[in-house]
Amino acid sequence: MNRPTIYFDHNATTPLCPEARNAMLPFLETAFGNPSSYHHLGRQARASLQSARRELAAVLKCSPAEVVFTSGGTEANNMALRGVAAALKDRGRHIITSAIEHHSVLKTAEALAGDGYDVTFIPVDAQGVVDPECVAEVTRADTILISVMSANNETGALQPALELGACARRHGIAFHTDAVQTFGKIPMGAVLEHADLVTLASHKIYGPVGAGALLVRRGTPLASVITGGHHEHGLRAGTENVAAIAGFAAAAQQAVSGLDTEAARIAALRDRFEERLLATIPNISINSRAAGRVPNTSNICFSGVESESVLLHLDLLGICASAGSACTTGEPEPSHVLRAMGLSSMQAQGALRFSLGRSTTAEQVDMVVGVLAGIIKKLREVSSL
Amino acid sequence: MQTGTPEDDSAQEPDASVPEHEEENPDAPYIFYNDIVIEHFTNPRNVGEIDNADGFALVGDPACGDQMKLWIKVDAGYIVDIKFKSFGCPGAIATSSMATQLAMGMHIDDAKLLTDDDIVRALGGIPSNKEHCSLMGVGAQKAAIRDYEQRSSIKS
Repeated sequence: MNRPTIYFDHNATTPLCPEARNAMLPFLETAFGNPSSYHHLGRQARASLQSARRELAAVLKCSPAEVVFTSGGTEANNMALRGVAAALKDRGRHIITSAIEHHSVLKTAEALAGDGYDVTFIPVDAQGVVDPECVAEVTRADTILISVMSANNETGALQPALELGACARRHGIAFHTDAVQTFGKIPMGAVLEHADLVTLASHKIYGPVGAGALLVRRGTPLASVITGGHHEHGLRAGTENVAAIAGFAAAAQQAVSGLDTEAARIAALRDRFEERLLATIPNISINSRAAGRVPNTSNICFSGVESESVLLHLDLLGICASAGSACTTGEPEPSHVLRAMGLSSMQAQGALRFSLGRSTTAEQVDMVVGVLAGIIKKLREVSSL
Repeated sequence: MQTGTPEDDSAQEPDASVPEHEEENPDAPYIFYNDIVIEHFTNPRNVGEIDNADGFALVGDPACGDQMKLWIKVDAGYIVDIKFKSFGCPGAIATSSMATQLAMGMHIDDAKLLTDDDIVRALGGIPSNKEHCSLMGVGAQKAAIRDYEQRSSIKS
């Protein structure tokens, strides 16, 4: 198949940007030292690690001492939830999170519930947004952590991280936000100021897979989950992945430079995509459209068709997108996010996520709209619904 | 700790305290739809409806991801026309298509004997997590024949 690939799956992962690649190369070649080693190769690696930490801290406007590098978003989320839970277990055992979190938060919260913690999963409204008043209502004297994502990975819906952070602060509760899908997509200065713990991932911002970070505000109670050496301020043992971390820091710098212009460009493409789809294909609905969203994400229900069938047709034409339902992985359950928004199981079966990125052009958008119109028509002709 | 000889499996009781991990066979190739399945998915045979059908079936549950409607026309015990409409994943559409292709022209007594394995074999295999899809085509076929037989017994 010689068709050029059209990649509309940037919320899954992104291609490596040249800046990140160049930053990584020395550590894949000659500068292979262990940052903990005494000798000059070790010192060189340590210096590079610290410089990446300073670069990322500058991007996040925090202190380098507050940046803990991890292997990625999943590990950072595990570290935040398990670390606060362990550190504060004698003060309280109540944790609040939302029904639409990424599985790395949801499953971790469920595991903690199995270990004797009391977890409240707050619902979302029809637009897929958490109501901060709901959170305030379920807050108790023994609540130790509120963890709500900054934007949802499936719908792009922005969550009220500011209000939640302020609410948590009023009650003296730690606030964690999984910002994997907002970082590098929108300016997030205010969110950073209101959160005690922030999860970031490198491969969503054109950095390499294998690096991420947990921003840990000074004074936040956090126990070490991965024990061993004194790496990462004693919070995350294990030899640092210097190459990936250097690539991550370079990608982060690149992502925030000119962010406003790029966010506006992508938002315009996303709006063009949705307006043309609505004008071309009957009986579709755009999820979380009335909510504030990150500019690149479009989650659409195509009634009468099943999402994997659309996905395969797209793939056969070189177009990469993602299904809202999880039937692709053999799981019969459709998206927990769309179900939490009140969509029926059947509606959720027909949901697809398109996530645009740096390489996206207006020509690609128009082409995908045209292709989708044909696919949906064909599948609806076959459909028994 | 090894108790008993390797031949003596009975000596190795599974330890309930050890959690079971999801195991993946490292030698199993990553299975995607093969070309036959994809061809039937992109060009499904016998799509449509039959007016004045002799037998009809509706199986599956769209809330669970798939649903199939099947119409048959029977003449002298033979399936002379067959049409389907399916909502579902590529596996569901391809197996629906193959089920109708296999049954077309068959005597209903033979069509009743068709199994999901026959459909999967005719497609050259299907990913294991999609094998349940082929049950829908077989179920629809049996139900449509049953419907035909009930209608003819009422008539006679």
